[in-house]
Amino acid sequence: MKFFYYPGCSLEATAKEYDYSARMICRQLGIELVENDQWCCCGATSAHSLDHLLSLALPARNIALAQEAGLSIVTPCAACFNRLKRADRELRENTEIRRKIEAICEFQYSGDVKIYSLLDALASLYGLEKIAAAVKKPLAGLRVACYYGCLLVRPPEITGFDQPENPTVMETLVAKLGAEARKWSYRTECCGASQGITNPKFATRLVDQLLTMAMEAGAQALVTSCPLCQSNLEMRRSPHLNLPSFYFTELVAVALGIPEEKIWFHKHLVDPRPLLRSLLPAG
Amino acid sequence: MRSPDLYPALPEKVREKSGQPIELCFQCQKCASGCPMGERADYLPSQIIRMLQLGLTERALQSSSIWLCPSCETCSARCPNGIKIAAVMDVLRAMAVLRDFAAKNKEPVFHRVFLKSIQNRGRVHETLILIQYKLKVRDLFSDAVTGLKMFKRGKLPLFAKKVKNKKIMKRIFAGAAQAQG
Ligand code: SF4
Ligand code: SF4
Repeated sequence: MKFFYYPGCSLEATAKEYDYSARMICRQLGIELVENDQWCCCGATSAHSLDHLLSLALPARNIALAQEAGLSIVTPCAACFNRLKRADRELRENTEIRRKIEAICEFQYSGDVKIYSLLDALASLYGLEKIAAAVKKPLAGLRVACYYGCLLVRPPEITGFDQPENPTVMETLVAKLGAEARKWSYRTECCGASQGITNPKFATRLVDQLLTMAMEAGAQALVTSCPLCQSNLEMRRSPHLNLPSFYFTELVAVALGIPEEKIWFHKHLVDPRPLLRSLLPAG
Repeated sequence: MRSPDLYPALPEKVREKSGQPIELCFQCQKCASGCPMGERADYLPSQIIRMLQLGLTERALQSSSIWLCPSCETCSARCPNGIKIAAVMDVLRAMAVLRDFAAKNKEPVFHRVFLKSIQNRGRVHETLILIQYKLKVRDLFSDAVTGLKMFKRGKLPLFAKKVKNKKIMKRIFAGAAQAQG
């Protein structure tokens, strides 16, 4: 299994641990990630807020690179996934936009490049049973709240989630790793996204609500698939709500028995190591 | 709600640019009830759509709602009439900036800094844009402690990778600007 790996800008800075853990679990599982250092930013919220065509042309440039490599794209970042999928849909369905973008990005769209979130690639292409079989250190005793947020699931016609109000893939994955996914009702609520930077108080209100609800549901940690969610959960919470959050890839890594977990957990603003140590027998 | 638009063609423009059937809204409030902005913004998404129906586009363009909206897409996913309200919000934001309705808002300042970074480097230099944004809105200290914690953890690197092919980035930005203009 081989993909064009699109980390996105956050995974080179604020979400480094997401990048490390994603690469490591893919290596361990035998999934080959090909990277072309010419990839550019997807434009994120800023591009679609100010300039519609730019918000399609930037992801299209990356689709062009993947097309050149003859590979489908996999990206851990929920936000990049969303932008890439949108651009792909416009290229596929809107002839006028396609002509404009083909001219701007100097390529001929073939429609052959598929776009997957890493979560979906693991669940539907690689297979959860195969992941379960590779688990060496089950996360027994760990109770988590799976947090999808917005961009991985919405809008469903772009993301392909058939049950956008009740997604289950992360819960199923977490169960295969041996952890317990608690039921809670804030799984697809918004964390505030880029408002974490421009209106931090607004984000704090949303994040506090999420953390409180997760705690009430009996979770010891949250599991995310988005760098924006993760940084808001860690940075914008009120200080007393110190529930750790994991990228789902980090939990997979621990369960696969990857010892390098030391490399990245110290990067968290809410250190999850005490929790992990309380669960896993030493060594 | 008096004072209809000076530009009566504006609602039609929003409709055309967003491709959304704004006229279908029957004010069921489904979008509003799931909207995380709640009472924080001047108007709920349902009210923004109503304004557009009534020809009060300028009021929508001046609202805090269009900038506080984090594009969570809850409204779009739930509207029974298939109106992608989040797409309407995008059009309103772009229009507000082009027509100078957003001079006092700090959110477009952030978006411009962000896009400039992509234009210059092909990627966003997260450390640099945070500092540039904070300088522009004169708020260097509110996040200093968190920033330092991030820096110590290597999450705000001073050096970030760039895309070597500058020409293609130039072309993408120029091409998009031309199409918008
Ligand atoms: S959900 Fe749709 S129809 Fe209902 S108020 Fe909102 S925009 Fe109007
Ligand atoms: S996309 Fe914006 S308007 Fe719609 S529900 Fe989310 S915050 Fe509210």
